[in-house]
Amino acid sequence: MTTDAAKAGTARPPAHPSGAGGRPRVAGRPPNRALLGLAGVVGFLLLWEAVPRLGLVPARFLPPVSEVLATLGTRLVLPEFWTAVGDTVVTWGIGLGIAFAAAGVLGFVIGSVPVLRAFTSSTVEFLRPIPSVALIPLAILLYGTDMASTLLLVVYAAFWQIYIQVLYGVADIDPVAEQTARSYGLGRLARLRYVAWPSALPYILTGLRLGAAVALILTITGQLIIGTPGLGQQIAIAKNSNATALVYALIIATGALGVAVNVGVRALERRALRWHASVRGEEIV
Amino acid sequence: MSAATTPARTGAGAAKPGGAGRTALRALQIVLLPILLIGLWWAASIASGVYYLPTPGEIAATFVEVWGSQRLADDVLPSVGRLFGGFALGTVGGVGLGIVLGLSSRIRAVLEPVLEFFRAIPPPVLVPLLMLFVGVNTTMKLAVIVSGCIWPILLNTIEGVRAVDPVLIDTCRCYGIRGRRWLTTLVLRSASPQIMAGMRQGLSIAIILMVISEMFASSSGLGYTIIQFQRTFAIPEMWSGILLLGLLGFLLSVLFGFAERKVLKWYNGVRAAARGE
Repeated sequence: MTTDAAKAGTARPPAHPSGAGGRPRVAGRPPNRALLGLAGVVGFLLLWEAVPRLGLVPARFLPPVSEVLATLGTRLVLPEFWTAVGDTVVTWGIGLGIAFAAAGVLGFVIGSVPVLRAFTSSTVEFLRPIPSVALIPLAILLYGTDMASTLLLVVYAAFWQIYIQVLYGVADIDPVAEQTARSYGLGRLARLRYVAWPSALPYILTGLRLGAAVALILTITGQLIIGTPGLGQQIAIAKNSNATALVYALIIATGALGVAVNVGVRALERRALRWHASVRGEEIV
Repeated sequence: MSAATTPARTGAGAAKPGGAGRTALRALQIVLLPILLIGLWWAASIASGVYYLPTPGEIAATFVEVWGSQRLADDVLPSVGRLFGGFALGTVGGVGLGIVLGLSSRIRAVLEPVLEFFRAIPPPVLVPLLMLFVGVNTTMKLAVIVSGCIWPILLNTIEGVRAVDPVLIDTCRCYGIRGRRWLTTLVLRSASPQIMAGMRQGLSIAIILMVISEMFASSSGLGYTIIQFQRTFAIPEMWSGILLLGLLGFLLSVLFGFAERKVLKWYNGVRAAARGE
């Protein structure tokens, strides 16, 4: 969101050629963000290549980036790699889906009934900050190294992120809009569809964004610690067999997955909220 | 909260139940569901008789026995110490770097894609990596915590610094406020709501990483002890460990909320005034 705002901001000077040249005015600003970003990436890669080559850090701890990328390249053609990626994505998706459905329904029901909200808030405030990794021993006990083990952690962690946002969203419904809808004779379902849902949607999507990131962290954690199948498990295996370059390559793969999740959810957010002021505002400016 | 609202409410509505009644209702709201849930658990554990579901009474008794003694000093306090150490380092690093990046759009443009990628890496994968790098010791655990909790703090600080009110920037320039004073009174203060929001996220990540770094590779600490209980099928002890972690998370969240209210008192006041309260 912010990066797009920044891009929109810097894309303006060329679009508004103030005066004949227009260049001197914007001379103080960076010439091109994409180019500078690219320079940053290239610089980082060169640094990574140079540090082990010059012996500043032993190559057995930090292999040069060329070696890591080559390892990643050989992995990309192996079916096991894609099975691991698939397992990770499936665990993440199912966990996030369960958490989203449960948090959405419970959040709407409890959020719109003040009595329920008052009686549940102390329990919520106690359960929410419990770190989900505390459940790891319980998960192992219940499900062993089955995918369900990791799912338990993912659902628990993502649920609270989404639930709290849904509660905020339901509380944020404009009472005037609600009363207007009521006086126009909209029924309970219609009010839910046309008043409550659009009011709460920005919050729900924020919850989804936070939940998606947390769900990925917990998916990888579960695979790493518990050993359920997926990228995290592969990392643990590679580490135990001292395949350092492979550890780095797999970490890059999880990073790429993380970027994909972030970008995907942000795109979804912009699409679902294209009517909303926060998104419309970005496009106009 | 109840103490503050009770007198006002009872003064306004005579038809409402008296002060004692409202306090009692509030207390009931707080304790009813937890009591129901614990009761349910108790009944379920007796009815099912499964070995991995001890009664809450057993867990409570074990809790005192297990964590009340030597283990508190040997395992719990060092873990909490590392948690605070890592979180403090992450905060200093995140805020410091965030100010630099927030103030210079050029540096930000250069580093943004790299940072975006680093932020997207799930922090727990760094545990095996840092084990390779620094071995299994306190430095590794601290490094893991720092490497995870720094990102939300860094990104929020950048946003906060970027969003400093331009009028205030100009005002400071006119009055010749610069240097350290400019940094503390203008930049840090304007960005503090965002910084606190980032720190809250960072804290919950720091707790997770503290536990994981000990579960994955350690011979002491809270995470190690709990996973050890699970491996030896010491079920009530394991549950007492889960309870302890839960209490720790809850306590830290309460403490942080307290600190946040104190730091952001001016900000909440400004917002209340803006709403016309």
